[in-house]
Amino acid sequence: MASVTATATAIRRGTGRVRRSWLIVGTLVAWVLLWIPLRGHDTLPLPVAQLRPLHQRLNDLNVYIGNHRASSPFFTGFVNVIRSGIADLTTFLQSLISQPSYDRPVPVVGWLGVVALAVLVGYVLANLRMAVLAGVGFACFGLLGVWQESMDTLAATLAAVLICLLIGLPLGVWMGLSRAVERTLTPVLDFMQAMPTFVYLAPLTLFFLIGPASAVIATFVYAVPPVIRITAHGIRGVPESALESSRSLGATGWQSLRTVRLPMARRTIVLGINQTTMCALSMVTIAALIGAPGLGQVVVHALETLDVGTAFNAGLGIVIMAIVLDRVTTAASVRVEQGYRRGVGAAGLGGSLGGRLSRRAGRRLLLAGLGVLAVVAVYLSYTFVWAAVFPASDSGGLLGSGVVRGINAVDHWVQLHLNSVTDGIKNVASYGLINPLQSLIADSPWYLTCAVVVAICLAVAGPRTLPVTAICLALLIGSGVWQDAMVTLSATLLATVMVMVLGVVFGVWMGRSDRVDRVLRPVLDAAQVMPAFVYLVPFLGLFGTSRFTAIVAAVVFAAPVAVKLIADGVRGVPAEVVESAASSGSTAWQTIVKVQLPMARRALTLAANQGLIYVLSMVVVGGLVGGGALGYLVVAGFSQISLFGKGLAAGVAIVMLGILLDRITQGAARRGGARSGRSYWMGRTY
Amino acid sequence: MTGVTGDATLDVTGLWKVFGPKPDRVVGTPLAALSRAELRERTGCVAAVRDISFTVAANEVFVVMGLSGSGKSTLVRCLTRLIEPTAGSVRYDGDDIREADPRRLRELRRHRFAMVFQHFGLLPHRRVIDNIGYGLEVRGVRKDERYRRAGEVLDLVGLSGYADYFPDQLSGGMQQRVGLGRALAVDPEILFFDEPFSALDPLIRRDMQNEVIRLHHEVGKTMVFITHDLHEALRLGDRILIMRDGAMVQVGRPDEVVGAPADDYVRDFVADVPKSHVLTIRWVMRPVRADDPLDGPELGPDVVVRDAARLVLGASSPVRVVSGGQLLGLVDDDAILRVIVVDDERRGASRAVAAGVDTAEAGAGTAETAAVEG
Ligand SMILES: Nc1ncnc2c1ncn2[C@@H]1O[C@H](COP(=O)(O)OP(=O)(O)O)[C@@H](O)[C@H]1O
Ligand SMILES: [Mg+2]
Repeated sequence: MASVTATATAIRRGTGRVRRSWLIVGTLVAWVLLWIPLRGHDTLPLPVAQLRPLHQRLNDLNVYIGNHRASSPFFTGFVNVIRSGIADLTTFLQSLISQPSYDRPVPVVGWLGVVALAVLVGYVLANLRMAVLAGVGFACFGLLGVWQESMDTLAATLAAVLICLLIGLPLGVWMGLSRAVERTLTPVLDFMQAMPTFVYLAPLTLFFLIGPASAVIATFVYAVPPVIRITAHGIRGVPESALESSRSLGATGWQSLRTVRLPMARRTIVLGINQTTMCALSMVTIAALIGAPGLGQVVVHALETLDVGTAFNAGLGIVIMAIVLDRVTTAASVRVEQGYRRGVGAAGLGGSLGGRLSRRAGRRLLLAGLGVLAVVAVYLSYTFVWAAVFPASDSGGLLGSGVVRGINAVDHWVQLHLNSVTDGIKNVASYGLINPLQSLIADSPWYLTCAVVVAICLAVAGPRTLPVTAICLALLIGSGVWQDAMVTLSATLLATVMVMVLGVVFGVWMGRSDRVDRVLRPVLDAAQVMPAFVYLVPFLGLFGTSRFTAIVAAVVFAAPVAVKLIADGVRGVPAEVVESAASSGSTAWQTIVKVQLPMARRALTLAANQGLIYVLSMVVVGGLVGGGALGYLVVAGFSQISLFGKGLAAGVAIVMLGILLDRITQGAARRGGARSGRSYWMGRTY
Repeated sequence: MTGVTGDATLDVTGLWKVFGPKPDRVVGTPLAALSRAELRERTGCVAAVRDISFTVAANEVFVVMGLSGSGKSTLVRCLTRLIEPTAGSVRYDGDDIREADPRRLRELRRHRFAMVFQHFGLLPHRRVIDNIGYGLEVRGVRKDERYRRAGEVLDLVGLSGYADYFPDQLSGGMQQRVGLGRALAVDPEILFFDEPFSALDPLIRRDMQNEVIRLHHEVGKTMVFITHDLHEALRLGDRILIMRDGAMVQVGRPDEVVGAPADDYVRDFVADVPKSHVLTIRWVMRPVRADDPLDGPELGPDVVVRDAARLVLGASSPVRVVSGGQLLGLVDDDAILRVIVVDDERRGASRAVAAGVDTAEAGAGTAETAAVEG
């Protein structure tokens, strides 16, 4: 019955869709026809070193703010207080584990102490396996010769996570309790999450200068939404029956919160903390561009000097850090779920009382042992140089120098022998896809491109999206970097199309086969927690600096989320519908094309939306490896004072592109009967 | 509306609950006369409870019965203001609970009421003993006192030895024992039950009903018991209120409801009841005629037909129904047989269908009992 009505609506919607797709095709044909005579006219180009008046004014503003930083009450009383507070927190953490401090040549806790603490924390939060994982992972930082950088990254991540939790947890609880707060916060969080990673770096440096404070604040902005959202979700999701019974016994609101809501939402909240931690790590590495200390810096410098080996080595450090943090916090959420059972043991009725008791005593004993060990290790690492400075850290680490040399050798070999292959791929892609598309979009007169965007917006998303579209286009023109924005747009669109192709192929495959799903899903999950940075390195090694490298890295970064969304969409098609298609003699291909994909339409639009956001967030990162255009301008803005204003404008242009693409795809999703897809955060569904 | 003995503990008059936009405009206006469906069509409001009045005496078991959607849950929640009533009054020993401020309301809930829920509403992260002690904890009772009291209740509800279990390690019936224990632990004056056994298997349901009957004998509380199951209502209730579409259809003792259904709705309801188990001989006696022999044995009017059957059928003359020395009427073989034969026919028809189910349930029930005892 339900499926009959669904089909009816689908058919009704279908006719509208056909008309709309003709409109899109017509628009595109008209665009190409007009482009032929008009190409190269009114494209609003601007060479890198040249500035528009707006950029000059932004430079002046930067100078002006610089001059008043020490005198204006807004700065001395507010901005500087925040800045120094956050900087102090970060410096304090660094002085504990990474930087020479308190008149000592080494940090307070040396490597031995940190490794022992990592083991202890791993065990306290999770279990023995996680403790071992944490210990081995941390030891790897030293072996790779990036101990100090890793600890810097860890310190900055911890600082950001601390602030996120301090602000995010109460806010999340409040949002979970109050509909009004939820209504107020949701659009703010939506906005924060739709922002391409990065673009708030420039405005932040305007106020907070380049340095750890800006980096940590940027990380906070990026990482705090998940913990707020997921905490609120957990608090709200507590079953009404439990709350009602608590109320019926006369519990106050506070008592209900403490005894019912918080304990029952515990596991979800820890999952939120996991997500926030992973976001923070990702952003801390990227925020190296505005002075975040640590592994990100190494990667950035290595990318700038094309030292693939060093970049890979540091990237490996980031990957290990990501794995340790993710595994330990995920295991912690499971443990929290069972944590209140400590007295009884999760085995419950099955486990004998004696077994439970001995398990409990065993854990106590091990905990005490590890605690003593950690204290001893911390003391040793405080006192002795051998326990403070990782062995062979001067010569690049026991393994690190080998990794660097090995990867550079491989890179060399690739350059030498695979050159024809990689160049071939690159050239085919460049001449066959990238150049034509870029030429069409960036060499069209601005008014033609604007008209096309408006027409497509009307066709895809409907008139409601038109005002936002118009404003975004106007601001893009006003930013003075129109042509660069169009180059970036073409790369973004191309990457998104590739993401969608991958998404549909693998998503359908996963959606139709449990086995494939079981194999691929953990890989995708792992890929998603990796900080964006590390995706650049291998492709840089293969393809050198080029637009193609940046695009491929963006595709690889964005593909997992799209694949998972589409797989879930295909999986969500009711089994009876698929069976009825099969029973009426459809081939597998017909079932996919005529039943599963159309019914997963919502997931497809959602995947396109998320794919765009992810791709766009890689634009700036891609600027480091030859992505050019807006990404390059943003990066240049950080390093060259004369380009500050232009970089800022480029950042705004990225935001405008982001909003434009987000609104249009969201509008399309709405028309397809879909709700907003914000519940997908880093690909996990809540 | 007869048969109230003792003082009325709970006195409900003109209670309304209207869900939807601007509920106040319904009560006391012509809209109030509309049926539920019409009202929803006109205003978008649902009148879940419509003008309900009744009293409950101390130590009485008062059952509210009706089909699902008839407003029972809403009614029972209005009694403790878990749902805010729209109109009417709810008095406990004369105090209108609707006038209580939040603090006073909390005090009432902590000390005088307790409720048992259909879906148990247990806290999964707490052990059984902590679930049972929850009400005391909320009230601020010290830990050792709490555990002492919770331990007593644990024995009372037959869960000795399960103190350290977590709710999801128990079967449904045992979970509801925890729910019952949690309500009893605070030693309330009135216990409210919202379909507490609907989620349980039939045999376990029977066990739990016996449990309630036993507890009522032992601790003697006033109980308001919601159910959609007539058999449950008849087993437990001193009096029964039947609801339909939010309104009250009939209130009375079980034999009144079965013997004199107020309308076709109630008649349909009670059609399947084994009448010989419910009806008293008051309902089957006939007036004395001039030519009747008056040498038969004597019985009170409140003896159930089933219990009177042997005596009536064995006697050579009709049984005399006597109350306070006064002869009310006579019961002869014919009257008894009419009731019993009707029951038998009904049972014969349904037994064929139910046989398979019964054995399956019996198996489950044995396991359940074993688990509780073990
Ligand atoms: N919170 C609510 N909002 C709107 N309507 C409700 C609400 N709660 C119950 N109702 C409606 O009130 C009527 C009675 O519900 P309920 O008291 O749960 O019945 P019962 O417990 O007898 O099954 C139903 O029609 C139900 O849809
Ligand atoms: Mg109900």
